[in-house]
Amino acid sequence: MKSTNEIKLTIPSKSSNEGYARVAVSAFIAQLDPTVEELQDIKTAVSEAVTNCIVHAYPDVIGKIYIMVQLLDKNTVRIKIRDTGRGIEDVQKAMEPLFTTGSEERSGLGFSVMESFMDKVTVTSKKGKGTSVTLTKRLSQRVKNA
Amino acid sequence: MVRCEASNEVVTAYLCGEIDHHIAPKIREDIDANIQSYRPKLLILDFSDVSFMDSSGIGLIMGRYRKMSLSKGKTEVVCPCARMQKIMQMAGIDRLVEIRKEQTDEVNK
Repeated sequence: MKSTNEIKLTIPSKSSNEGYARVAVSAFIAQLDPTVEELQDIKTAVSEAVTNCIVHAYPDVIGKIYIMVQLLDKNTVRIKIRDTGRGIEDVQKAMEPLFTTGSEERSGLGFSVMESFMDKVTVTSKKGKGTSVTLTKRLSQRVKNA
Repeated sequence: MVRCEASNEVVTAYLCGEIDHHIAPKIREDIDANIQSYRPKLLILDFSDVSFMDSSGIGLIMGRYRKMSLSKGKTEVVCPCARMQKIMQMAGIDRLVEIRKEQTDEVNK
């Protein structure tokens, strides 16, 4: 699918940036005239992915989180959230509900939440190299005179 | 963030704003300090004024549930928002604690 508009953001993996990341992504997507529900879905999924980078990819350092948002044909949004951190040894296992290598206060639901609020979640990871999460969602409403 | 009220062995934590991984530890500290001081039999976590919550909210509820269970206390959640209820159900929280859509009067008073 062709990208009609896109932004790239690079943010340091500080937890204080979690709110900014999800608001920045949703502000860009607003031009597709999404419903409030759809925006909340996307904000929640982005928050999960960015939190994963902060907690798991860069547990002891502040690294960079690369966010790209693409508006595609057919009112589809693709969000790629990438880090160059620790990487995930077993992606399939990491995506299992309730599985976590985090602390007791982590629920292990990050990927489940992303999958339930987005149409498609693709994860690629290489140990020691980093992880890339791609979130795709087709919005219900049509752009008016885009 | 959170405002806690204690009365008659009940601590009610009114959470507000956005709950994510950044803010959750501060909320947790506040609620745990209240559990420590008042040793309540019931902890009510009220999400009525929460505008955003990701799975960090689940960790927050589970952690407080565990803490209350250690002293044989109960935990209840008030959550009118369907989206947040969905996240809670994903975690199976509804099997551990009662999730109500609104505050009941007798608890409120």
